[in-house]
Amino acid sequence: MENAFGIPQSVLAIGGASEIAVAVLKAMAGKGLERVVLAGRSRESLASAEAQIRDSGVADVETMEWDVADGRRQESLVDAAFVAGGEFDLVLLSAGVLGSTSAAEAEPNEAIAVMETNYVGPAVVSLAVSQRLKAQGHGVIVLLSSVAAVRPRRANYVYGSSKAGIDFFCRGLAESLAGTGVRIVVVRPGFVHTKMTAGMPEAPFSTTADDVAREVIRGLARKDAVIWTPSILRWVSLVMRHLPLWLWRKVQERES
Amino acid sequence: MQPEEAPATVLLAGWGRATRTAADLVEPLTASGVEAAISDSGLRGVVARGMGRSYGDAALNAGGTVISTLRLDSLSDGGVVAGAGVSLRRLLAHLIPRGTTLPVLPGTAEVSVGGAIAADVHGKNHHVDGAFSEYVESFRLATPGGMINVSREREPQLFNATVGGMGLTGAIVDATLKTEAISSPFVSMDTDRVGDLESLMTLMSEGDERYKFSVAWIDCFARAASLGRGVLQRANYASELPEATLARGESQFERGPRLAPPDLVPTGALRPIAVSAFNEFRYRRSPSREREKLEAFPAFFHPLDVVADWNRLYGRAGFVQYQFVVPYGAEDVVRRVLDEQVRSPSYLAVLKQMGPSSGGMLSFPIEGWTLALDFPVAYEGLGEMLDRFDQWVAEVGGRVYLAKDSRMSSGLVEAMYPRLSEWREVAGGVDPEGVFRSDLSRRLRIKE
Repeated sequence: MENAFGIPQSVLAIGGASEIAVAVLKAMAGKGLERVVLAGRSRESLASAEAQIRDSGVADVETMEWDVADGRRQESLVDAAFVAGGEFDLVLLSAGVLGSTSAAEAEPNEAIAVMETNYVGPAVVSLAVSQRLKAQGHGVIVLLSSVAAVRPRRANYVYGSSKAGIDFFCRGLAESLAGTGVRIVVVRPGFVHTKMTAGMPEAPFSTTADDVAREVIRGLARKDAVIWTPSILRWVSLVMRHLPLWLWRKVQERES
Repeated sequence: MQPEEAPATVLLAGWGRATRTAADLVEPLTASGVEAAISDSGLRGVVARGMGRSYGDAALNAGGTVISTLRLDSLSDGGVVAGAGVSLRRLLAHLIPRGTTLPVLPGTAEVSVGGAIAADVHGKNHHVDGAFSEYVESFRLATPGGMINVSREREPQLFNATVGGMGLTGAIVDATLKTEAISSPFVSMDTDRVGDLESLMTLMSEGDERYKFSVAWIDCFARAASLGRGVLQRANYASELPEATLARGESQFERGPRLAPPDLVPTGALRPIAVSAFNEFRYRRSPSREREKLEAFPAFFHPLDVVADWNRLYGRAGFVQYQFVVPYGAEDVVRRVLDEQVRSPSYLAVLKQMGPSSGGMLSFPIEGWTLALDFPVAYEGLGEMLDRFDQWVAEVGGRVYLAKDSRMSSGLVEAMYPRLSEWREVAGGVDPEGVFRSDLSRRLRIKE
């Protein structure tokens, strides 16, 4: 059971080897987290994530191979996870790829992996997971979205559109889950310093995986539906969304 | 008679509103309806729920069945055999015109008889009279194996596993209670305003035995030399009152709550600065020393009952109440807790002394000091702070009150409740398959 602060006892983390997932799970360790199933594509990164979470004091950590890009396999993967693991208090959806906008513009098929990994797979997962959570009468789905979902930019609109899609989808699903005891929390970080963004030019309002974890924990206690990190992005994004197009272009020029 | 309805899946919350889960709610009208609900319950089990005043997740059962006792509302003319869903307020409204009362009244009358037994609640007179269960003669308990008549004499083990057993041995259907004769529904109250914790505890240690009732309100925003300053209210039943006053007192429990905040308060609207100012006002307004003031029962026992749904004041995210008890000799834990919480001060705090435990295996009271603190859930770092308090409390042989808890980890329960293994045996005897369970029992692994 999650406690009054929204801290779960058991977590299924899909994309569990990502730095943000590991940071969130480490931040929950010692606060009541007892059991973690890490799901992901790469055995090696899962093993390293598993070691880190064990080190932080969670004894019961398992790993599971899970490729979120194959949309049609998601339902059976969710079933397998819940049959083997029983109940999960929190399901973290942190699988994602950044892709390359210029590669997709040159070779359109390059965009497919981004869409499948960031939108199609997670959308099917969240539907399948929400059925399971509804049956257990409680639980939280935490979706890692992005500030890139707020307004299209030439630099990352392929990635941004996939995040905008899953962000929208999950907020809609959250509406349909009202009153069932199941909640969906959408997390929108700014630029996070991780492996995924290594070598990229740093954007304003950048943050770290640990900061994201801290804001997630704070937002869970506050029962926020959307968590921005850093939290000032809540207001910055409001401005971003309403800038006239000519000014929004100037902002993008300055960034690149 | 209204027909019994099919269960509906509803979202239920604890009184602190920080824990909410969905369950199939059934509202049986009869004892056999309760038994049917138990046998119809699915894999996720069943638990009974009364007025929903447990702060945390004791009366929640996510994905399972919750039996509302509120329609088990029979009340015999003698006034001592009450359905599990009868509220203490209704019981008092019935008893007081007959010149009797319940010997133990918790801080709100908006609790059910079943809930009062399951949590083995205590009142301002615990140091003299013990817990609610001391005045329970018997009750009928619906279990997966059938209905059991439970009394101290007939079923001593099951009696002591059920009082304070948080509803996990079965569903109480009705109970026979002892009452106490009173000459009037008034108390004669002495008030002392005390400037710091040391003096407050000294005053209580030295004088509480002369009073049937004693409770101290503490201003948790006060720091340094004023740490633990508070207002001590102690009282005995009043006697020999004029007729007019008596008549006024008798109608008091007929009235329900008069005020209710809307369910629109945003998280964090009740600011520490406002509470701090209110506490300052409340402390200053209180007489520094007052003797033998006549106070009617509701104003003395249940001051918060005037406001319905006062829990809404904490906003959407809700609040937690942290109540612990430590044995005499561990006064330092009370001081350290107050000292530590000053950085994110409790909005409401109550200190009192407790007398010896009753026989309840999981009953909260042990002889010593109990402190109850309310905190908004959204306070940064609150979880870690309370985890530290758990350690301190467990180290000295104290415990956290399960009826209030919504956040503790499962690791310390056995240390805090040393009779847990004995309880598990008795509970396993009447409920071998663990049909009775709740979010509390899952979170704290009480039945495992």
